[in-house]
Amino acid sequence: MATTDTDKTTDTDKTDNIVWLGSPAFPQAAKTALADDQLRRNLRHATTTIRDKRLHVTGELADWEQLRDAGAALKRRVLRHLDSYLEQLETSVTAAGGIVHWARDADEANTIVADLIRATGQTEVVKVKSMATQEIGLNEALAKEGITAYETDLAELIVQLGDDRPSHILVPAIHRNRTEIRDIFTSRMAGYGRPAPEGLTDEPAALAEAARGHLREKFLRAKVAVSGANFAIAETGTIGVVESEGNGRMCLTLPETLITVMGIEKVLPQFSDLEVFLQLLPRASTGERMNPYTSMWTGVTPGDGPQSFHLVLIDNGRTLTLTDTVGRQALACIRCSACLNVCPVYERTGGHAYGSVYPGPIGAILAPQLVGAAGSKHTDSLPFASTLCGACYDACPVKINIPEVLVHLRAKVVESKQEHHLLPTPEAVAMHTARIVFNSPRLLGAGQRLGAAGARLISRGGVIRGLPGPLRGWSRSRDTPVPAKESFRAWWSAREQKYEGEERQ
Amino acid sequence: MRIALFITCINDAMYPDTGKAVVALLEKLGHTVEFPAAQSCCGQAHFNTGYRRDALPLVRRFVEAFDGYDVVVTPSGSCAGMIRENHRVVAQHCGDTALAAAVDEVTPHVYELSELLIDVLGVEDVGAYFPHRVTYHPTCHSLRMLRVGDRPLQLLRAVRGIDLVELPRAEACCGFGGTFAVKNSDVSEAMLADKISDVAETGADVLCAGDNSCLMHIGGGLSRLQRSDPATGRARPLHLAQILASTEEREW
Repeated sequence: MATTDTDKTTDTDKTDNIVWLGSPAFPQAAKTALADDQLRRNLRHATTTIRDKRLHVTGELADWEQLRDAGAALKRRVLRHLDSYLEQLETSVTAAGGIVHWARDADEANTIVADLIRATGQTEVVKVKSMATQEIGLNEALAKEGITAYETDLAELIVQLGDDRPSHILVPAIHRNRTEIRDIFTSRMAGYGRPAPEGLTDEPAALAEAARGHLREKFLRAKVAVSGANFAIAETGTIGVVESEGNGRMCLTLPETLITVMGIEKVLPQFSDLEVFLQLLPRASTGERMNPYTSMWTGVTPGDGPQSFHLVLIDNGRTLTLTDTVGRQALACIRCSACLNVCPVYERTGGHAYGSVYPGPIGAILAPQLVGAAGSKHTDSLPFASTLCGACYDACPVKINIPEVLVHLRAKVVESKQEHHLLPTPEAVAMHTARIVFNSPRLLGAGQRLGAAGARLISRGGVIRGLPGPLRGWSRSRDTPVPAKESFRAWWSAREQKYEGEERQ
Repeated sequence: MRIALFITCINDAMYPDTGKAVVALLEKLGHTVEFPAAQSCCGQAHFNTGYRRDALPLVRRFVEAFDGYDVVVTPSGSCAGMIRENHRVVAQHCGDTALAAAVDEVTPHVYELSELLIDVLGVEDVGAYFPHRVTYHPTCHSLRMLRVGDRPLQLLRAVRGIDLVELPRAEACCGFGGTFAVKNSDVSEAMLADKISDVAETGADVLCAGDNSCLMHIGGGLSRLQRSDPATGRARPLHLAQILASTEEREW
């Protein structure tokens, strides 16, 4: 199996979108997002609605917790035996008439896909919504080769027409409201094909009709489609795509050639494992009991559907992630986005602040691991973009312990800084000092008295209104209480002495 | 019963009344409280910020201080969570298997206050009297790490004179998150603003929780707001222990 261990560290001309180059660290990006009132209203409305729907449909299943356990166990098994399941998948797909390609990284995957399209003589393709192709920056890479890729998922279409970036795994245009979408359709559709109808309103039905007309023209013309995959069954070679609109089904059935790009961690052992995931995914994701369209295909079938099928398996940092025994659970993700919808940080900042195609809690643990040693100030800030409130872990249908991985990655960031810098950071000095003081009852007592005295000096009306240095941000909106004149331990010790004195008398 | 108190570093320095209230409450219920003087801090701030090696001596100190006690109580959901979930992780990560084994001996005896009262002492009505309008914020680590469920509410409902009102969106994080409030102060502030408006909506005089660190955060915001908007910022933060220890004679 292909690995990336040595390549990633020296890869400076990266083309993928795991992280968007030049992204600021999370706190800075968040500040910009927080200033956008419209964005915050859009997000609060959307995340609250989908959160309630999910709670409703997961709550009605008596065995929801057992399903989560089953999903988690299956994914753990896949990751433990990934090499053999992948080889089995290759054998099954090949036997069913498909062709399997292996790509170490985004560049290799993009080159393989471009070559396959060029071999058909086509210069345009239709696309099914896919995180893997977003991750590798396929559309941009194809454009450089003179091939136009048309997104056909409604939300991806909005993002593409708006020359925008996705901000959510499931609902990539969640940051847009319907008026903004109407404006994008009106001004941009004509440049991509059939224009928006005259006098288009922002009624959802009218917007859907405009998209339907625009996309239908593409479906009927397309000879090549590119998709991602939700699952691939090692046992049978069956690939599955789960979607809501039916636009994916159009792409998967009408063209002559189908190219599927899939992360290696998406493989499942057996067809019967779908029983678990086809219950978990829609309920956790869109909050539906069942998604409207589930398409499955096994190689090629003469006279029915695409007559040429290629499966491109991408590593792109996954093998590297697998080497971390704590962090590897991020690879169990089925891209449902439940963790985004429940995350109080995501709800305030939206997805763009994370600077990655994978935003939210799962992105904060996945993106830094996939880029590995090529980490930056930006990726180093992602594991800290959480209060560790644990809502993501509770919502995850495959029980990824996101808080555990966040803290683990924080430690890796800190320890890597300690290895590579001669001078400790002010934070490290503060942490070491606190450790020394807390590890000595004598110093702790002295520190408490000193702190209380110092705090009284800078307090007004019983509270501290402004703290110095890095604590300034805290003090902007919060008063800090003054430490007590007498600590608990001082009170206790005085009480004990008093009791002992009384007993002696 | 002989009960050892782990006060936590924040309560020790900033909120000694919470500790005194725990002592008063448990002694009133007929138990003996001990305070092992060697204790200090659970190491949560170190661990959660990525300084797991700095947390190691603090884990060792905790285990040595509380070794041999049948019951250890702490008036903090997040510190109890740190001890029960992460002390072992620290010891193992640092390769100290003997300490990891010692952690396994001690941690099953550690309880957050509401767990101790309901599960160990089997008491819901602690004989408290607190004639005020109170709303309860469950705090994330009590809720999702310890899974204390509605134990604190069971205890509060049994308090005489209390007017307990439900907090809207109670399960949402207040935005504290330890060093998160410093590193990501803008996001933290946005979360705090929403929590404060939910607290204000209840019209409560007292905001109760089982964790003074979260209360320091929300209370710090309420205190700041009080100067410009006394009506919205009027709730005062108070630890669960202080409500449960309150009587006709003494309010904490």
